[in-house]
Amino acid sequence: MFEAIVITIATAATPILIAAIGELVVERSGVLNLGVEGMMIMGAVTGFGVALTTGSPWLGFLAAAIVGALFSLLFGFLTLTLVTNQVATGLALTLLGLGVSGMIGEAFVGQPGVKMGSISIPVLSDIPFVGKLLFGQDPIFYLSILLTFGVAWFLFRTRAGLTLRSVGDNHASAHALGINVIGIRYLAVMFGGACAGLAGGYLSLVYTTQWIENMTAGRGWIALALVVFASWRPWRVLAGAYLFGAVSIGQLHAQALGIGVPSQLLSSLPYLATVIVLVLISRNRRLTMVNTPASLGRPFVPDR
Amino acid sequence: MRKTLLSLATATAALALATVAAEAKVKACFIYVGPIGDFGWSYQHHQGALEMQKNLGGEEQVELAYLESVPEGADAERALERFARSGCNIIFTTSFGYMDATNAVAGKFPDVKFEHATGYKRDHANVATYNSKFHEGRYVQGIIAAKMSKAGVAGYIASFPIPEVVMGINAFVLGAQTVNPDFKLKVVWANTWFDPGKEANAAKALIDQGVDIITQHTDSTAPMQVAAERGIKAFGQASDMIAFGKETQLTAVVDNWGPYYTERVKAVVDGIWSQVDVWGGMKEGHVVMAPFANMPDDVKAAAEAAVEKIKGGFEPFTGPVAKQDGSEWLKDGERADNGVLLGLNFYVKGVDDKLPQ
Repeated sequence: MFEAIVITIATAATPILIAAIGELVVERSGVLNLGVEGMMIMGAVTGFGVALTTGSPWLGFLAAAIVGALFSLLFGFLTLTLVTNQVATGLALTLLGLGVSGMIGEAFVGQPGVKMGSISIPVLSDIPFVGKLLFGQDPIFYLSILLTFGVAWFLFRTRAGLTLRSVGDNHASAHALGINVIGIRYLAVMFGGACAGLAGGYLSLVYTTQWIENMTAGRGWIALALVVFASWRPWRVLAGAYLFGAVSIGQLHAQALGIGVPSQLLSSLPYLATVIVLVLISRNRRLTMVNTPASLGRPFVPDR
Repeated sequence: MRKTLLSLATATAALALATVAAEAKVKACFIYVGPIGDFGWSYQHHQGALEMQKNLGGEEQVELAYLESVPEGADAERALERFARSGCNIIFTTSFGYMDATNAVAGKFPDVKFEHATGYKRDHANVATYNSKFHEGRYVQGIIAAKMSKAGVAGYIASFPIPEVVMGINAFVLGAQTVNPDFKLKVVWANTWFDPGKEANAAKALIDQGVDIITQHTDSTAPMQVAAERGIKAFGQASDMIAFGKETQLTAVVDNWGPYYTERVKAVVDGIWSQVDVWGGMKEGHVVMAPFANMPDDVKAAAEAAVEKIKGGFEPFTGPVAKQDGSEWLKDGERADNGVLLGLNFYVKGVDDKLPQ
């Protein structure tokens, strides 16, 4: 039972983690893309459709990431090249994604999809308690952990990461140093789009193998909030996503056990617990200020 | 935030609404609380609407218009007014939360007929209400569950503690108790009608705690899939979900709105529409059971017998029935009053849960 619960938690946390890590990179470059939910749902419908037609969940995931990136490119073109308002454009992207995905997905409603199975390493995955968690999960779970590690390393241990952060902190100075601000932001936005698409694919190919309109059910917004509450630190995002997953699953178990706490309160616990814990670990104001991308959401027009 | 977004979406949808009108005789309009692609509640209403259009002679005879994902409350009023102005002859509002909006707009447009699903307010002569006795199907499910379960305990994924859901839980338990008086039911409240991920998690939590039958009163097919993966049995909700659990689904309570919609729109065409308060069940064909599958013949026979009994006029809420705390609710042979049922806010004996208030 313990094993099963831990795996359920990992499945619940993975899509939020992937989407949040992508958005973290976008925001570190100084761009606020509120379209995560829209890109996610586009990834979910594309991933489902491609996997259903080709029979391969791998191709489904690939397509989900590509469509997520292409969809974010629309956002990039509007906000970076045409310098539209990022908040409004991001919201529009979400609305567009929810609508378009519903239209594309009409033919998929009521069809069971193709599930990406879990891997299984002989001997290792039979280790009690941790075996299945560490060695018997679906491949995207491992990818999400690698992604967190990779992004943390990239942002804080590489020159390119430093450049990206400098663009997010002060785009005018970065521009004066000869850094291609717009180019870097385009790449960051597309990375975020690909991650959101992948996260959406996870919903329709692993989590619940089916296509239903609005199936993201607000997970894009949770990912967005998580980035802020985790003060733009990758490992905190991971901690937040897993905490959210753990409390979500825990409260369902508490209900099934029949403890006498009102279910409405229990249902709000994941949100409360995640916010409280992340606020507590970010209570050092100076460190939080250092981590906040100073140019976040501000439009950039190169003077020459 | 989501609410604002939804209302924005509604406004956009309303603008985009341009069903080309030929010389149709009647315009029937529908307001749905979810997307028609939810494969649950709204999907079934839309199927009913399409069936009605087909029955009454297709697009030339009936013009169909609908709005999806309309938020309950004040936003619904705007959507309704827009519909009323755009020439709808009859408007169906298909969720409980549209009750006040429906009555408010009906007062302003006395020539338009309004039909509100699952509500009880009829403030004006042009408002009718309709509902289905889903609990009849739940009663049959309870009988099947008690016969099929080895653990003697089933899991119930519930949405919100409103009378309709409480009625379903109670009817399920009453059905199960006719087979096994000690049958247990674990209830988990998802506090949502529609969130596949959350519904799947609830199913997993229940299975991890030892239930071997899953039933749901939320709208997605996710719990069915989880049950299929874990190799236990489950009941579908709102529509026949057999495609998601070929070896899993025992049956499903199917909402069959087509006959009612056909009858009511035809009444408008014929000029004989009048206010009604309809609560139809299996007898009227509003509630249909999906084919009984994945069960031995004797269980199937018992289920079919129960369906026949209900069609013959049997009410699952017939005494003796005790409340959860053991006190008497219905005396031997006493039928529950419809008014009490439609406002039901307590459990019967045998439910292993505390009802959220």
